[in-house]
Amino acid sequence: MAEQQVSFKLNGKAVGVSVEARELLIHTLRERLAHTGPHIGCETSHCGACTVDVDGMSVKSCTVLTVQCQDANVLTVEGLEQTAGLHALQEAFHQEHALQCGYCTPGMITRAYRLLKETPNPTEEEIRYWMAGNLCRCTGYQNIVKAVQSAAKQMAATPA
Amino acid sequence: MGNSAETLEREEKLQGIGTSRLRKEDARFIRGQGTYVDDIKLPGMLFGAMVRSPYAHANIKSINKAKALAVPGVVAVLVADDLKPVNLAWMPTVGGDVQAVLADKKVCFQMQEVAMVIASDRYAAADGAAAVEVEYEELPAIVDPHKSMAADAPIIRPDIADKTEVGHGPRTHPNHIFTWEAGDKAATDAVFAKAEVTVREEILNPRVHPCPLETCGCVASFNKPTGELTVHVTSQIPHLFRTVLAMLSGIAESKIRVIGGDVGGGFGNKVPIYPGYVVAVVASIVTGVPIKWIESRIENISTTGFARDYHGIGELAATRDGRITGLRFTALADHGAFNSHVSATKLPAGLFSICTGSYDIPTAYCRVDAVYTNKAPGGVAYRCSLRVTEAVYLIERMIDVLAQKLNIDKAEIRRRNFVKKEQFPYTTAFGWTLDSGNYHPALEKALKAVDYEGLRREQAEKRAKGELMGIGVCTFTEIVGAGPTKVCDILGIGLFDSCEIRVHPTGSVIARLGTMSTGQGHATTYAQIIATELGLPSEDIQIEEGDTDKAPYGAGTWGSRSTPVSGAATARCARKIMEKAKKIAAHLLEVGEGDLEWEVDRFKVKGNPSQVKTMKEVCMASHTSNIPAGMEQGLNAVDYYDPPNLTFPFGAYVCVVDIDRYTGEVKVRRFYALDDCGTRINPMIIEGQIHGGLTEAFAVAMGQQIPFDESGNHLGNSLMDYFLPTSVETPKWETDFTVTPSPHHPLGAKGVAESPHVGGIPCFSNAVVDAFAHLGVTHMDMPYTSFRVWQQCKALGISTRT
Repeated sequence: MAEQQVSFKLNGKAVGVSVEARELLIHTLRERLAHTGPHIGCETSHCGACTVDVDGMSVKSCTVLTVQCQDANVLTVEGLEQTAGLHALQEAFHQEHALQCGYCTPGMITRAYRLLKETPNPTEEEIRYWMAGNLCRCTGYQNIVKAVQSAAKQMAATPA
Repeated sequence: MGNSAETLEREEKLQGIGTSRLRKEDARFIRGQGTYVDDIKLPGMLFGAMVRSPYAHANIKSINKAKALAVPGVVAVLVADDLKPVNLAWMPTVGGDVQAVLADKKVCFQMQEVAMVIASDRYAAADGAAAVEVEYEELPAIVDPHKSMAADAPIIRPDIADKTEVGHGPRTHPNHIFTWEAGDKAATDAVFAKAEVTVREEILNPRVHPCPLETCGCVASFNKPTGELTVHVTSQIPHLFRTVLAMLSGIAESKIRVIGGDVGGGFGNKVPIYPGYVVAVVASIVTGVPIKWIESRIENISTTGFARDYHGIGELAATRDGRITGLRFTALADHGAFNSHVSATKLPAGLFSICTGSYDIPTAYCRVDAVYTNKAPGGVAYRCSLRVTEAVYLIERMIDVLAQKLNIDKAEIRRRNFVKKEQFPYTTAFGWTLDSGNYHPALEKALKAVDYEGLRREQAEKRAKGELMGIGVCTFTEIVGAGPTKVCDILGIGLFDSCEIRVHPTGSVIARLGTMSTGQGHATTYAQIIATELGLPSEDIQIEEGDTDKAPYGAGTWGSRSTPVSGAATARCARKIMEKAKKIAAHLLEVGEGDLEWEVDRFKVKGNPSQVKTMKEVCMASHTSNIPAGMEQGLNAVDYYDPPNLTFPFGAYVCVVDIDRYTGEVKVRRFYALDDCGTRINPMIIEGQIHGGLTEAFAVAMGQQIPFDESGNHLGNSLMDYFLPTSVETPKWETDFTVTPSPHHPLGAKGVAESPHVGGIPCFSNAVVDAFAHLGVTHMDMPYTSFRVWQQCKALGISTRT
């Protein structure tokens, strides 16, 4: 099958790949660009393990074609840590014991990142609603909710 | 003793047993740097994709590989005939049966493995799999296990039709696997015959799937020049996995290395050895390059280790004042087309005979009949210690049924039947010795926490207004920590477990264990045990599991066995080191061992507190010549622990639900869970495990079931249909605890992760049924979807507004 050149920004860096039109973004990220943070947990866009941020929107990268990402700004969990240190969400997930097997964690954190961009001070109900596209089989979500709340507080206290 | 504040500070620095130490594993996971099996990428690696049967029962008339082999990127297509020359078309299961690796002449369940296509990448492999042409001749399928042993039932397994047994005693029908019984049937029948009151209920534990977020998969890599096989696999039992591979392949076990890596959730789904693994190994041997095989979610739900499918009948005999005098439980177990799940040779129905629960029941009998059906194999999984979920579900439902029959409060009937504190150790009618327990205070604490009396008053008021409110009580006893090798084995290998500790000169430690963390935080908690035992900071203690070249042999992590078995091995291993350290310290301080006392992280000379050797100093000394004459250098030890008994964690749960009688919607208003797992090593991790287990219990009770049509077609094998609760549906959990240490465990710990699942499911059921109790309903089968509950309302004539 013919391949196409696609270039986009991945965690701030320009990348270019040559892919078949049918290739899913999750496979490009994981297998061509060595970004194995986003995971694959289903093929029906329900689990959210593959969640990445594309042009300011949460996207399930198993449901988008790489060729759709030409010129896009793609952010994965690998892009959250800055030289100054971990993102407040990463630190909060650790502090609040919001992960166990860790498989859903990159998608969870990336989704929560988008939530806090849009709604910096979410209520518990808002968090639960926003995170409903990301499944976790280990934690029962309670500590994930706590972690998002705690990160929101932390981020409000430290202006960007 | 020294300054107590100073001592306390030193103790805190160790971050040992009892502290909510943050998890060491998190650092890589929050950065997306875990190494799960699908993250493994080896040079030259090819991908495998399965061709699977569309029929539940069919003869295979022909398989044509030609079109698949013509697909660009496809390297090979393997079918059963290709596996026969290496004797791998069939494999032994961990349940004593054999299983087709690739379907040999016939398929016995829908989605059964028929062929594997090997290709350059996963897209080409999928293209190839779609191009394999298989001609089937469909046969009538058995879906309902009640029909398996009918005289005219189609024979599912002609390969063993003539066998009089398949590992677990005599068979009476070609579709019969085993019949297992325990207790005293005659005595129990006699108790029932003269009982003042008896109750009987048919109770189903439906077929469900644990559905860890990461599906199953492996990367098999055979090195032709050296003859060494390395398998990266998402497995809960890396060591047993290696042994099975050695038995299967004929490759010396020393040349097989199994690497567990990070496992994205297990829940029993990652215990069995699946056909895909074996084909990947063969494909790597054939092609000479590494082969990756990763399931899709649909393949995972359709074919790998499901749970339950236990069709039970519960009966209790009792006095008029609610004292249970006899118990008779039977179950028909649907094991699918192969008996493939883990079962100890002597315990084909696992630990089902723990079904007397927390109650002092003098006479009891149980029987399990296991049969083949045209469904995927499995049955033992899902946060469940070998059928304990089914057992606890039956007793916790039946005691409610009895309470309703006698019009006794559901908490009160439990009080009247509990094994009393002074009766421990208590031997049940089935011969299990419950090592410890203290049920009455746990229940009272739970009832007080939720204001049980107040809830009952509120319920009465609501009932008067025609509203439905249910209060579920569950006081379960779990059985975990398999187990004593005299009772428990897999393929003949005893279920001991192990720990090896090496102490470095500078006082840091590496420890390796035979278990396998699948999210439980072993790297954190085992280090805490060693920290407390040796007085060395947990931060400097590295824990390794899952690489069979490095770790000592063990049976892995399942059945909440890590803390009861390997946790014990860890403590004992550290104590062996401690013994030696004490000798060295006595030598250094020029006193007798008896003159020394231990304080947090150091040895002190009794009566002369300035004479001190810290453990760190001893670590260094142990690597020098300054040690007692004749002693070997180093501070290393290994311990293989064969537990004398299982452990019996227990709990008291209360659930409150409100049900909309017009829509059938069940709202969980409150869920309070008190768990007693003995000594608590890391309270934060325990609480996390309980949250997770309760959520999985909620999933089972409220929405999970794998449905089939009459032809054996799956009717819900993707996440579009199969219910996994999201953050929106999941209730908020209130956790609490009491501490009743296990007398035989070196730390007094009992294992906890399964308790909330095992105790949670009947608690939800009891709450839902309780909402209808005043209308004469004694039982409703799970899952309590709105439709089902609405059907109940409709049947009772309360679903419409008047």
